[in-house]
Amino acid sequence: MREFKGRVVVPGTVKAPALVSKEGFNTLASFQKSLMFKDKEGTCSDQNNKYIYKKKMAGKALCLPQTIGSTTGGMVLYCASALGIVPSCLLFSKPIDSLAAAGAILSDIWTESNLPTIDNLGDEFLEYVQDNMTIEVLDNGIVRVGDTDENI
Amino acid sequence: MVKYLKLQEQLMPLPVLYRGETMYNYKMNLNQEEKEILEGKKGEVLAKIMKTIVMYGDTFGASKLVPVTSKYGHLVTSFGLSMMKPVYSLMDELIEANIVSKQKFTVDPRPLDFENVPSSFLQKIVFKVMYGKQRDYEAQLHKIGLLSEDGFTCTCYMDEVGNIPKKGDILSWAESSAVVYANSVLGARCNRNSGIIEMFGSILGKVPYFGLLTDEGRKANWIVEVKTSNIPEAQILGSAIGMKVMDEVPYIKNLDRFLGTELNNIVKDYLKDMGAAAASNGAVGLFHVENITPEAKELGNKLLVGNPNTYIIDDEELKRVKESYPIIWKDNEAKPKLCFIGCPHLSLEQICKWAKDIKDKLKEKNQRKVVIPTVLTASPKVLEEFKKLPEADNLKSMGVSTTYICPLMYMNNPLCGKMPVITNSNKLRTYTSSRYYTDSEIIEVITKEGI
Repeated sequence: MREFKGRVVVPGTVKAPALVSKEGFNTLASFQKSLMFKDKEGTCSDQNNKYIYKKKMAGKALCLPQTIGSTTGGMVLYCASALGIVPSCLLFSKPIDSLAAAGAILSDIWTESNLPTIDNLGDEFLEYVQDNMTIEVLDNGIVRVGDTDENI
Repeated sequence: MVKYLKLQEQLMPLPVLYRGETMYNYKMNLNQEEKEILEGKKGEVLAKIMKTIVMYGDTFGASKLVPVTSKYGHLVTSFGLSMMKPVYSLMDELIEANIVSKQKFTVDPRPLDFENVPSSFLQKIVFKVMYGKQRDYEAQLHKIGLLSEDGFTCTCYMDEVGNIPKKGDILSWAESSAVVYANSVLGARCNRNSGIIEMFGSILGKVPYFGLLTDEGRKANWIVEVKTSNIPEAQILGSAIGMKVMDEVPYIKNLDRFLGTELNNIVKDYLKDMGAAAASNGAVGLFHVENITPEAKELGNKLLVGNPNTYIIDDEELKRVKESYPIIWKDNEAKPKLCFIGCPHLSLEQICKWAKDIKDKLKEKNQRKVVIPTVLTASPKVLEEFKKLPEADNLKSMGVSTTYICPLMYMNNPLCGKMPVITNSNKLRTYTSSRYYTDSEIIEVITKEGI
């Protein structure tokens, strides 16, 4: 088990399996088809993202460097949140970008979903974490990463 | 007990407490009026809007809120896409609370124009389902503060449209190509905001003071040296810069060799297209061009931070960048079915130039019409002016149509996305399956018989 410390953007606690994008996460491209076809599993539709294309995002601890793409990104994240197809938390290795921050904050204030968001977890976090590792997010910006549920 | 609490609330209204939440522990300095809004003294919905903006600013270390000083706002969300239901519910919440924007706003382009953009029977059915909320959403925009019925364009800063911020104006915009243009070419100040956030800024008339609003945030941490033998294609130069510097600020040198030092309409159009590519292929919100853009003219090298990175762009580098674009058509050799020119929307000068260039090429090849249906996009106001010119009739007779739509929204239709579409826009290439060609290549392709 490894522990990483980041900055809390939106507070909350959660435990979920990791889904890792080692490259910039294009919010619109990733959620577009799930929103359009009401796919509750939030299957990633960004064919340019080799890490998470066709993987299910809903209920996962999404680990990423930053988001990229259209400035509708924050609004898309808000919509995904409101419709319940959102990841269980967002964990950024780098400082959060303005579009992702907007999405996380809009979700927090304007929907019933809670989307705990931590940034600044460092490059080492993204190098270490792998798909399906168990992630536990604490209220103080601590993120615990274990190989299995028992490791935490 | 509930009754008692309700009675107590009537007698002594409690601060904030919307949805039972506790007061947000903000970090920035707020004045009395801003605090009162946040505390819910001007209503629950306005308190939520203020909380969103303050929390957004706190995330980026904003010291305070500052007034939005531009005459008009501009919203990125122009489409009544059925999948965006939560946005329409949010708009209803604002309207029910009698929230009106402090400034009128223009909006990005509309998605549909069956009259001027080719689409099949099936594509039309899908469009009607996809954008089934368009009329309702536009009615909501009117209630919140839409400037005018024809205020739908991504190039709201064109003279014909009239949403032109002044140098130093503080904006609450989100459309990435408009933000980078306003910051760089007009010298206004705006962060790369998300949709909804920009509307909240216009409603409050306030935005958080951080990033590209500050002198420090406008300094360049990259020097881009243009060492090409000819004027670079604006769309590829912008793409190269965007992919290299991502969300940082470049200071571009030696472009004045090709563009001169006067910020005339031709130069503005070049920088519009270059900036849109830099904003979409990376996340550039501001660039400076030595001896051309307002702040570079005023401050020169003082805009550079200590020890900036350097990126040299020569002919080889532009070739490398262009060749790196993936082609994601099912059949790479397919004959294109449609060509889009104008993302971002074209200026009047640009439409006239395309009309002339296509006419000249057809004459040279002894042809009357283009062989691929070609669509030029521009704002309704620019098109209104263009239609007064003889070039408009010529264009129609050559098989070229004009429209006010956003080609990106056309390509979002899954049936359209499967078609082999070509474009001269690096933004459209980035977000859709369309294939990029330079301006001169486009002219050749759309007039090439037998392909």
